[in-house]
Amino acid sequence: MLTLGHDEITRYPFLTDAGQYLKDKGFSLSQFGTDPVLKISVEKAFNRIVVATEGKVYNSDLIDGQASKPHVIELEVFSFLLAIVLIKLSGMSTLVKRFALAEARRAESYLKEDLGKASSQSEIDLIKKIIFELSGIEVNKKDDFFTIHVSDYLKQSATFHEREWKLINRHVENGKVFLNSEKIIRLLRKEIGVYISSKINKAPVPEMIPGLETEVKNLISIAKKFTPIFVTTGEYPPCIKHAINVLEKGENLPHSGRFMLATFLLSKGQSVEQIAPLFKNAPDYNERVTLYQLNNLAGNSGSGTQYTCPSCQKLTTQNLCFATSECDNIINPLQFGRKRKYERN
Amino acid sequence: MIILLIHYNLEGSGNMKETDIKFLENAFKKYYFEHSDLIRVPERTIEREFGYQKFNFGMIRHISIKDNKELRLLLMQNIPSDVYCSNAYYSFPDLPMKEKDWKEADLIFDIDAKDLNLSCRENHTISICNNCKEISKNSEHCIKCKSSKLEKKSVACKNCINSSKTEVSKLIEVLTDDLGVIKENIHVYFSGNEGFHVYVYNSDFQTLGSRERSDLADYIMFKGIIPETFGMKKFKPDKNLFPNLDENGWRGRFSKEVFGSKSRRPKIISQLIANGHSSFLKTLDDVSEKIGVKIDPNVTMDIHRIFRLPGSINSKSGLSKILCNDLQKFDPYLESCILNDDSIEITANCPIEFKLKHKKFGPYQNEVVTVPTYAAAYMICKNLATIS
Repeated sequence: MLTLGHDEITRYPFLTDAGQYLKDKGFSLSQFGTDPVLKISVEKAFNRIVVATEGKVYNSDLIDGQASKPHVIELEVFSFLLAIVLIKLSGMSTLVKRFALAEARRAESYLKEDLGKASSQSEIDLIKKIIFELSGIEVNKKDDFFTIHVSDYLKQSATFHEREWKLINRHVENGKVFLNSEKIIRLLRKEIGVYISSKINKAPVPEMIPGLETEVKNLISIAKKFTPIFVTTGEYPPCIKHAINVLEKGENLPHSGRFMLATFLLSKGQSVEQIAPLFKNAPDYNERVTLYQLNNLAGNSGSGTQYTCPSCQKLTTQNLCFATSECDNIINPLQFGRKRKYERN
Repeated sequence: MIILLIHYNLEGSGNMKETDIKFLENAFKKYYFEHSDLIRVPERTIEREFGYQKFNFGMIRHISIKDNKELRLLLMQNIPSDVYCSNAYYSFPDLPMKEKDWKEADLIFDIDAKDLNLSCRENHTISICNNCKEISKNSEHCIKCKSSKLEKKSVACKNCINSSKTEVSKLIEVLTDDLGVIKENIHVYFSGNEGFHVYVYNSDFQTLGSRERSDLADYIMFKGIIPETFGMKKFKPDKNLFPNLDENGWRGRFSKEVFGSKSRRPKIISQLIANGHSSFLKTLDDVSEKIGVKIDPNVTMDIHRIFRLPGSINSKSGLSKILCNDLQKFDPYLESCILNDDSIEITANCPIEFKLKHKKFGPYQNEVVTVPTYAAAYMICKNLATIS
């Protein structure tokens, strides 16, 4: 565990050992349910979660990211720790994800700032240590930039869909990617989120604390709004239409294209027998081979693994993507035309 | 991927005659017996998955091998047409894919002459009709029955090899300069047919998954670029943001290709800006075709594939997959042509001349000829000859 100053504790409360912190301050959890002064922390914690569920970042009482008075520090840290307690008591996992994301974004803005202004070696070292604790990734400063290993970069950026994050659009030299403080922290957002959610997930579920029942009940009803139902139009995405078109014309569709088409249709519930005729016009068509391969993909034979349709990113690399505006930033052809609807209470 | 490899098999040696198989198996067996020094298990053997094929049979994979002795036993007992080994390391390589417990994988690149859009290709490509089996020089339709279902076979070509070598050199430059790979960890192998396999061992990239490797492949191929990366902003483009010739990485390579010299740079930048953002996208595509490394991205991003084992014979040609110590001097049609010289009578139908071991063969018009075993195997593997 890192040794942190007051400012770091309030900015990055998830780095503290929660139980130890409360103990050090001389409090027990049950006091928060009854003590009217401490109840302010509970209200703040509740708001912190609600703000997160609205997709916003919790606005703290810190002035320029610094705690002006000791009680502000306590309130900041208590509200974070109590938010976790409330989420745990509610038992709603959707809240964990949303809360962790919002807290990650909050931490992100502080990290950007800390990284940007760190000038002395000790400041740089501290922020490097915080980043390493959060993400397990080593960041180094080189002139005005920060560098990370290409492999670390790829592990993070692979889930980003904006082309700007593709490695080719970055300054890469000698195994390192060069980024400014803002980009480097944006890159690590997911890791920070993962760190926070794993902390929440690992925290023990406390017994119900008398006095917190209303907050917990309200949180449960908020969380229920976030159970999505999906509706689909049933239309094929452009990549699939293109592949079918190629085959219909009797032209050669590369192996990767056949793989995409077959796995897509299998996932949509079509049978091997329904799909096989599509390949009849292929220049090298062989019924026995086609059926064999389709059965393999469907998991009916071979290893028994059912293969899934490749992601849009993979298809782009394979020159199989023909995205239109209707694709609407989906990441897998299977999502095409799918609309998310939320249940309203 | 299992399916892909089975696909190759049926395409390649699916309909071979018994006498041809017998001949090739004898030649291969002799090779595996006499050249056991060439075909050795890779490092961390027990963590690898092995597989093999026999002529006219499907793939047998999910095999684990302990050492060279076990490998020899497998080769002598089965006389495979092709032998494969994973670039991945598993806890349990002989279990089904889902249960193997993938640990990491060497980084692998495949450079194949057929993917380089070379103009020489049509001069040394032969078409075999799937319908009537007629063999002719490269054509779109069978000259006899007009069918468009043709199998293409290509014979030895120096230009193809030299162009592939250029791509390998470009790849090595990007790997070492940009990606920080240590040169000693890069091994280049001739694939045994028309290209090269480049292996990167012990790098930072060992644990990368398929998605990450796909982005790495795009980097190497110079693909997926946004104009802004090379200074071309959509609005109010700024001359100062364009790359310089002395920069490292792709910006530097782009400059050298597009500007050529420092003195020409300002004029060309003004021209690029005047042509606009969308025209720049076209420029990027053109530049990518020239300076991007032409690897097969599917190979690099597949982390469960099994690859031809170094030292083994490629049944598409009868040539061996071997390590190239000096890439520039390497002559595959001499150094990897290792099957024996014993004479054999064949009926050859190979309309294009080719050279192996500095010796010319063909063209043959469905005629009975006596040739050394290595040349007979070369043609039989390509379905261009059969034992008389």
